Amino acid sequence: MRAHLIRRVLQSGLVLLVVGFVAFSMFRFVGDPVDNMLGPERTQADIARLRTDLGLDRPIPVQYARYLAQAVQGNLGVSYRLGRPVADILAERAPATLELAAVSGLLALVGGVALGVLTAIRRGGIATGVLMTLSLVGVSLPTFLIGIGLIYVFAICLGWLPSFGRGDTVQIGGWTTGLLTASGRRALILPALTLGLYQMTLIMRLVRSQMLEVLSHDHIRFARARGLPEWRVLFRHALQNALVPVITVAGLQLGSIIAFAIVTETVFQWPGLGLMFINAIRFVDIPVMAAYLMLISAMFVAINLLVDLLYLFIDPRLRPAQQRSGG
Amino acid sequence: MTRSLLLAAALLAGVAPSVQAGPLRWARAGDSLTLDPHAKNEGPTHTLAHQIYEPLLIRDASGGLEPALATDWAPSPQDPGVWVFNLRQGVTFQDGAAFDSADVVFSLNRARSGRSDMKELLASVTGLRATGPYQVEIVTEGPNPILPGNLTNIFIMDEDWARANDAVEVQNISAGEVSFAATHANGTGPYSLVSRDPDVKTVLTQNPGYWGRGTFALQVTDIVFTPIQNPATRVAALLTGEVDFIQDVPVQDLNRVAAEPGLELRSAPQNRVIFFGLNMGAPDLQSDDVEGVNPLADARVRQAMNIALNRDAIRQVVMRGQSRPTGVIAPPFVNGWTAELDRVPATDVTRAKALMARAGFEDGFAIRLDCPNDRYVNDEAICQAAVGMLAQIGISVALDAKPKAQHFPLIANGTTDFYLLGWGVPTYDSEYIFNFLIHSRDDMRGSWNATGYSNPDLDAKIEALASETDMDARNAAIAEIWQVVQAETLYLPIHDQVLNWGATAKLGLAANPEDLPRFKYATLN
Repeated sequence: MRAHLIRRVLQSGLVLLVVGFVAFSMFRFVGDPVDNMLGPERTQADIARLRTDLGLDRPIPVQYARYLAQAVQGNLGVSYRLGRPVADILAERAPATLELAAVSGLLALVGGVALGVLTAIRRGGIATGVLMTLSLVGVSLPTFLIGIGLIYVFAICLGWLPSFGRGDTVQIGGWTTGLLTASGRRALILPALTLGLYQMTLIMRLVRSQMLEVLSHDHIRFARARGLPEWRVLFRHALQNALVPVITVAGLQLGSIIAFAIVTETVFQWPGLGLMFINAIRFVDIPVMAAYLMLISAMFVAINLLVDLLYLFIDPRLRPAQQRSGG
Repeated sequence: MTRSLLLAAALLAGVAPSVQAGPLRWARAGDSLTLDPHAKNEGPTHTLAHQIYEPLLIRDASGGLEPALATDWAPSPQDPGVWVFNLRQGVTFQDGAAFDSADVVFSLNRARSGRSDMKELLASVTGLRATGPYQVEIVTEGPNPILPGNLTNIFIMDEDWARANDAVEVQNISAGEVSFAATHANGTGPYSLVSRDPDVKTVLTQNPGYWGRGTFALQVTDIVFTPIQNPATRVAALLTGEVDFIQDVPVQDLNRVAAEPGLELRSAPQNRVIFFGLNMGAPDLQSDDVEGVNPLADARVRQAMNIALNRDAIRQVVMRGQSRPTGVIAPPFVNGWTAELDRVPATDVTRAKALMARAGFEDGFAIRLDCPNDRYVNDEAICQAAVGMLAQIGISVALDAKPKAQHFPLIANGTTDFYLLGWGVPTYDSEYIFNFLIHSRDDMRGSWNATGYSNPDLDAKIEALASETDMDARNAAIAEIWQVVQAETLYLPIHDQVLNWGATAKLGLAANPEDLPRFKYATLN
């Protein structure tokens, strides 16, 4: 068991190294940072000198090795664009994205399960038809369009909610939160809705199909035959069984919510990691791009590792052979 | 709410309510990149810096020079290679320190040091001396008649503040240095920094010790600056009243903003000309389908392309009227510009075809056009329009549009045959254009000239401009150089951009060619 654990962790580390290398080899297709770093009056000599200073004239494996050597010592470098330490920028931006992701995730889970159950038990109802059609729209509309549509309706036409930004924030230790101020909570609604809508419709459709399947099982029929109240049949016997795959999907989706917050953050000028990454790409800010990609891949690798280990824990059949030989 | 409170406070204090004062919320596409006044030569960075710091002199709305920290300036009567600047007295920095000539000498030396992004504008300066507490002499390598025009974005810092905070040197980003001056500011300007969260929000408040109190309107008491990148969101924020003033109004939303009650558009011709460059110097082109010959080396082909472009159609269809077609790669306020040069070449496809035939390309040729898609107003659409227009004379253009971070290296490395470029002229003088776009490419000059054009006679004339003190002779030389540029059809000019600001109607602030709002002038009523 321990050997297997160590092997999985080592594999994850290897995946991270490979992702980093692929990212580094792609940076040169993004462009040349030197052109953004120097003003319009730069001479050819300035360009050549800065390229040498930044080490951009070295082969990519050398650049990557240098980056890793510094990153291991906890030095993520200085942003080419803002001239500030990348670690500081990440620490400032992460709370905004994590807060947005958490609220959208919660929204997606609660809304998705509730609507999924509703559409499963009211099969063929008008409300179900409308919801199922709307959910198709939610799955297929691009996020930026949903965001702009929400801004148009709720900010411009109705004037209820702000169109951009995070509102007022409160600093607690190293964490900034918008949840403690009225303007912060108001500012969170539209971005969270935009980011969570896709996941919500996904979960809703998943819950519905799982519920329909479980409801056709024998134990539900027997439960009903025993004369149990309908709510108890639905929520105690049916939903609990339907939720197992939903939890797995929702856990894996949390990673995507954080990673794909980029579009939502750009539309709403939400000051999180995604907006930071977009700015870094436009400027070819290599230290920031590298740190962001490593962070996101570390997160995905960690989530996957955790899920693998959980399966191992839950289902003994997946354990390696030597474990069984003792019993 | 805040405004009514302020008004009530003003009434209680017995101030006449006819003069309004209040905060201003301002948004534009990009944030300032650093507060260090000499680290980045870039528009949004300078715009924020102009509220906090001041240069010796600034541009007025028509491009003329106006005193700021210098009250007057003139070449030294004894030596034409020396400029004498008399400085404003009684000025203090925002931390209370007094401003004098030592600060000017320190700041200009900092601005021309190796890592400063402003150093090329001071390339002709060989020495600086303080000849009194309020007088500075700038020594140049030979006489430099246009030096004052190069100082309008060179900000003055307090020497003691810089020394106390280890900010004597400009930040060395490639060495991983961080800098106090990049995140803190102490200028002589009308507004001082309250807080700054880069890419999120910057708050400024009026500097109570500002020397210009009583001279300028100063009705904007506080400034909250928020970058909003997405154009639709930026316009939405103006429409909902969440911001009072935006720069960079997208052309497709101009009518929407103008139609909204209580909002106004402020337009001005921008100091930026858009044009195509042609690689005429290479023996053969990479992207064309002609072997062994460079079709662009033939002036007749370049002329044919020039008159095949329909600039009015681009203005009407692509730019929705928001451009000024031109025949020269210089905006109108630049010294050396004439109405004659500016005349737009008439579109004449028949004559263009005849020119192509005479050059031996009656069947045309194929070529790739490199175009940015995130730098200028509707840049990619301009290129698309040009593709169709050039197809009429048989030139089959393959458009390759990409982000500026990938486009500009092609020009820097000279690996493009046909490209779109925009150019602003901060010095308001033709020499700046010649140095970067016309002079042969070498270590010092021609860094934006990817045409491969090299004319030693013309290079000598361009270099001589720097030290010609007789303004008439200098202007004559400029006119001569322009004649060659136009006769050779070195570039295909398209238009000058028009810039648009959107603002609440109560904000009195006119747009200027520099795209640089100076809020000390703004009124609120």
